[in-house]
Amino acid sequence: MNARGSGAAPTLSSRPSRGLEEFFTQIRDTSGLHILDLGGATQKNVSFITDLGHRLYSEDFLRIMNEAFGADDTVDQSNPGRIEYFLKQTLDYPEGHFDGVLVWDVLEYLNPVLLNAVVERLHHIVRKKAYMLAFFHSDDKLEAVPCYTFRIAHLNTLEILQQGMRRPTQLYNNRSLEKLFGRFESVKFFLTRERLREVIVKV
Amino acid sequence: MSSMPPARFEAEPRGGAATIGKAVKVVGQIFSREDLYVDGEVEGTVEALEHKLTIGPNGIVRATIKAREVVALGTIQGNVEATEKIEIRKDAKLTGDIRTARIIIEDGAYFKGSIDIVKPEPGKGVAKAQASSPAAQAAPAANASAAASSPEIKR
Repeated sequence: MNARGSGAAPTLSSRPSRGLEEFFTQIRDTSGLHILDLGGATQKNVSFITDLGHRLYSEDFLRIMNEAFGADDTVDQSNPGRIEYFLKQTLDYPEGHFDGVLVWDVLEYLNPVLLNAVVERLHHIVRKKAYMLAFFHSDDKLEAVPCYTFRIAHLNTLEILQQGMRRPTQLYNNRSLEKLFGRFESVKFFLTRERLREVIVKV
Repeated sequence: MSSMPPARFEAEPRGGAATIGKAVKVVGQIFSREDLYVDGEVEGTVEALEHKLTIGPNGIVRATIKAREVVALGTIQGNVEATEKIEIRKDAKLTGDIRTARIIIEDGAYFKGSIDIVKPEPGKGVAKAQASSPAAQAAPAANASAAASSPEIKR
């Protein structure tokens, strides 16, 4: 089993992404920004971000989560010591360090205690007025959701590599997402045909 | 330098590159004036400013690395400066910050850290950088490697 789930052979598809377009609209005209990618390093994302003149920080969030809490997703995700260890491994950066974060879908797999700690830490390490891009499945009847690796093809296009299925810890509607990001300045939603909710969060 | 028995340097099995074999551990500074293949363990610093450094699949390097080109198949923990390019191959693990002109990451590779792409300035080649570096000025040190004569290994 890899960090992003288990199941059938990976399948690759491509689709437009309004959320990605919105994210890059905010950062493409400035160079030298610090961008954090929580999806692990892929050639396309590294090339795309660095070609824009930005410095890319890569964290393989789900892989480290599996190492910290076990691959079954929910092993003691509310233990304060483990949460602190996990945050140290993944999000140990100075206050206001980042000018943008590609969160992708990783927050779906965190239980509420860990999720709140991660969101709190993101709020701390991302500078004010910067943006984060996160994805959440919008179908609240799903037992398991596809696990994706997201690769940036263009400013508004994503290549999505599906790597099996994984059970999300919880599913979100607009209201719960607004509550989750209540400390942030604004939350904007785009609904896609894969029943993914693309969320742009302004810090 | 400390070695785990049986410590030996393999004689040029990598197309002329000096080799630190998988049963060898080096603690200290390595300065290389030829391509270097590390399949053993290294702690400290590795400099091959005009050359290619390859970390083999068994290689574990806990070091600051400066080289013209770095190819990682094993494990690197430390910051890497590769003036031309760095390749992080499938199954490689790199934890550290990278400064390079070009980066290649294969699917399956693990990378944690930052990537700073630095385009080489015209007229500022690596040769100049090496000429002013301690590596180039250092006298040949006692070297455990007869086969790999170019790398200097300092304690």
